[in-house]
Parts: sequence; C-alpha cells; structure tokens
Amino acid sequence: MRGALVAQPGTVDEAVAALAATPGAQLLAGGTDFCVEVNFGMRRPPAVVALRRVAELRRIEMTPSQAVIGACTTYADMGGEPLATAFPGLAAAARTVGSPQIRNAGTLGGNVATASPAGDTLPLLVALDARMRLRGPTGERTVSLSELVTGVKRTGIAPDEVLVDVVIDRRPGPQEFLKVGTRNAMVIAIASVAVVVDVESREVRVGLGSVAPVPLRARDAEAHAREAIDWDALSVGEAGAARFGELVASACAPITDHRSTAEYRRHAVQVIARRALERCVRRAC
Amino acid sequence: MPADVPADVPERADAALGVGVVVSDRYELDVNGTMREVDGAWLGETLLFVLRERLGLSGAKNACEQGECGSCSVLLDGVVVCACLVLAVDAVGSRIETVEGLTASGEVADIQRAFVESGAVQCGFCTPGFVVAVHDVLRRRPAAGDLEVREALSGNLCRCTGYGRILEAVRRVQQWRASGARE
Ligand SMILES: Cc1cc2nc3c(=O)[nH]c(=O)nc-3n(C[C@H](O)[C@H](O)[C@H](O)COP(=O)(O)OP(=O)(O)OC[C@H]3O[C@@H](n4cnc5c(N)ncnc54)[C@H](O)[C@@H]3O)c2cc1C
Ligand code: FES
Ligand code: FES
Repeated sequence: MRGALVAQPGTVDEAVAALAATPGAQLLAGGTDFCVEVNFGMRRPPAVVALRRVAELRRIEMTPSQAVIGACTTYADMGGEPLATAFPGLAAAARTVGSPQIRNAGTLGGNVATASPAGDTLPLLVALDARMRLRGPTGERTVSLSELVTGVKRTGIAPDEVLVDVVIDRRPGPQEFLKVGTRNAMVIAIASVAVVVDVESREVRVGLGSVAPVPLRARDAEAHAREAIDWDALSVGEAGAARFGELVASACAPITDHRSTAEYRRHAVQVIARRALERCVRRAC
Repeated sequence: MPADVPADVPERADAALGVGVVVSDRYELDVNGTMREVDGAWLGETLLFVLRERLGLSGAKNACEQGECGSCSVLLDGVVVCACLVLAVDAVGSRIETVEGLTASGEVADIQRAFVESGAVQCGFCTPGFVVAVHDVLRRRPAAGDLEVREALSGNLCRCTGYGRILEAVRRVQQWRASGARE
C-alpha cells in the first residue's frame, strides 16, 4: 500500500489549504477521540491534516470583556491560569477530563468537533453563549455552539473547515461545573451541569450535558434563580435552591443507555444542579 | 524531514503543502534521541504500535488501545501522553522518550529500585507506564503530596497491587531524592 498524505501545517491558512487540496483528508488534533476510532476500526482516514503544530490555534487571549481560546488549547492549558480565575467553571470542567495523559493531549476544538453529549466543556460553552469561529476556503464564519452542534456527535462543521477558536464573554461572579460518573478519574459524565452566576447583570446561566442529544440551557431554572437569589447578600434560600434543581431536571430529555437510566440521569442532574448553585451563592439562613 | 512524496499523492496537495508534508509509509521518528526510520507503515498506525512492532521497543505496553490504562505512557515533547492515542506519523518532528530511554539514561533508576523494594511490581504489566508517569510528576513537582501524586497517577491502572505499594514507592523516591541519596 502506498503512503497517504499527512500534512503538518504551521498556520491555520496552511491547514485550510491542505484540507482543500487533499480529498478526504481529516483533521487531527490531540487524537484522543480520533485514534480510539482508528484503533477500533471505526475510522479509516485516507489522509490527515494534523493541527498539533499550528501555534496560533493553541492560545488563550484575555481581553477585558472576553476570552478567545484557540481550538488546539489542551485541557492541561485550560485547567490553570488565566482561565481558572476568569472562567472557573471552564477550568474546573477541563480538570475533570480523563487523566493527565488525556488532558495533555485532548483539546477544546476536539471536544466541540466530537460533539459528544458528554463533552465536558460543552455545558459551560452553551451557558456562556460561546461563539465558534470557523475558517474554510471561502473565508470565516462565526456561529453559536447551539447552531453548530446539531445532534449526538453531529456538527455543522463542513469537511473543508477548521474550527479556529472559541470566544466567550467574561461574566463576573462565581461559576461551577459538576458531573456525575462512576468514579473520580477517567469518567464519562452520565449527567453534568455548569452554573454561571453573573453578579453584574444579575442573571444565572445553566448549561447541561449528557441529559439530551445536545448541550442544553435550562431557561426556566435560570429565570427562577434570578428571582430566588438575594443579589445583595448573594445567597439563596433552601426552597429556592430545591426548586432550581427541579426546574433543571424538567428541562432535560435524558435517555437510558449502558451508562445510566434516564430516571437516574434526571435525578442526578437535579442534585448536582442544586449543589452547583449552592456552591456559587451562599445558603440564606 | 519530509520524505519524498510518492507519485500517487495528488499534485495539488503537494504544491499547496510544500512544508510539513509527511508521507505515512516512510518517515523518521526521534526516539530517545536517535532518529529511527519507519518504513512501510499504514497511516492509521499509532505510536504505540510503531514503537512495539516496528522499532522493537516493547517497554510501552498495549492493554486497552483507548487511553484508559496508561500502560503505554511515553513522553512526547516532554509531556506524558498515551502512545496508543498518538498517530505515529504525527509524531514526526517531535521528541519521543520511552521507558527504555529513561532507563538507559539512569534517570529513573531510583524509581525502578523503589518499585522493587516496595513490592510495587507484581505482574509488572503496568510498571513501565507507572515509571514514566512517576518520573513525569516528580520531575515537575519533586515534593508532590499524596493527593497530587494520586491525581498524577490517575491515568495509570494496576490490577495487582491495589496502588498502596506504588504510592509507597513514590514516597520512597521522594525521601531518597530529598536526602540526596539518589542512586
Ligand atoms: C481515556 C479517555 C478519557 C476521556 N475523558 C473525557 C472526559 O472526561 N470528558 C470529555 O469531555 N471527553 C473525554 N474524552 C474524549 C476526548 O478526550 C475529548 O473529546 C477531546 O476534547 C478530543 O480532543 P482531541 O484534540 O483529542 O481531538 P481529536 O481526537 O484529535 O479529534 C476529534 C474530532 O474533532 C475533529 N477536530 C479536531 N480539532 C478540530 C478543529 N480545530 N476543527 C475542526 N475539527 C476538529 C477531528 O477531525 C475529529 O473528528 C476522553 C477520551 C479518552 C480516550
Ligand atoms: S494502551 Fe494506551 S492507555 Fe491503554
Ligand atoms: S503489577 Fe500487575 S497490573 Fe500492576
């Protein structure tokens, strides 16, 4: 068998050109999803465009109002500063992924492009209305995560497009990410929740993972929390927190699979949503 | 670095790519400081497969091929990763260090001795991966506490020891290194 082409571009434009010039070529980032599929015979790439050396894709740029996170930023990069302070929920999510080996290789862009319902960065990205910047042969476009992720492991990323970066707005205030799985390390979530409390605009944003085909917002729970929180004391009463959990549970559309039953997922997300809110704001006495 | 591009690679691709083109069936990898030629490989071969089956380096073990067990841990450009999740041809241009290289340089001799003395080697299948992971964490965080060590080793599975002896071995290395009794 003759060799297939593997491009190791140094820039995004080179990567786009390589994709366009090589029929059937597939993008490879950290390989933590890609290689599992190859190893188990589910993917047989005719050619590969490898992004690991595209320096402009591996960066975290903070402005006063936003963070721009390059698609090839690894979980290890995201778990620490500057995101740990500016986006504690995203950094926390990154630190729960897989193991050190997986966090050293796996990337934000790979998580978005894989679009697994259990993708751990997705609840926070959906909660923050993250924008995805994509570049293809005809130029750039920006779409929201909910526009991009269309179903279980399905996205609107065209075969000739590269996800360049993810843009999220800063929200002053506490954030929390919690997930439920069978043990602490190396867990694919059976339910996950991201809660963002914006103390400036006085709103609460909630993103859910593993409880529907795509990452979800829990809008009713958000509206309820906005009212239930005493914003001056930054606290919430017991009944308010409990109701928040119920509303989150009613927002989801879980399935039963080999990891969990739908009933357990609904129960678990209710518990962790309430806990996440209570970690963000104090319990009112 | 780029190997000759064979005739069946699309001409346009060749022109568009210029730099940084590797052809999947013939390339060179920098393994433990030596350039090793890989010939006749398939694009989908992982670094783990190439190390073991093509280059005769069987230190990294193959157990799960899905990143779950850490028995294939190697250092890629100085960072610990699962070799089963690295496409071998994508490692062209990167520095690969395997347990064989770390052993030959003597960098992990005290880790190996501590594993033996602590009874942390039973069937031994997980040991090379653990040695790489322990080397990695102690190099970055020589005085890492118990929780940090557990976290650093959370990507390595052992079915025999129950981990207690492995953690004991790590503490032993830390004591030796702290007291300067490095060997
Ligand atoms: C043992 C193990 C544990 C894991 N644990 C978790 C976990 O706890 N939580 C979690 O969320 N995930 C987990 N994963 C899944 C995986 O690590 C993540 O989804 C990771 O973010 C994938 O990123 P990657 O860089 O490795 O992508 P790759 O595997 O390189 O690519 C994945 C897909 O994305 C496409 N792609 C990559 N980059 C781009 C880009 N810039 N533009 C367009 N397409 C792109 C590729 O073509 C491919 O289809 C785990 C995986 C393993 C093996
Ligand atoms: S063989 Fe690579 S992690 Fe198990
Ligand atoms: S010693 Fe047997 S698996 Fe660890």
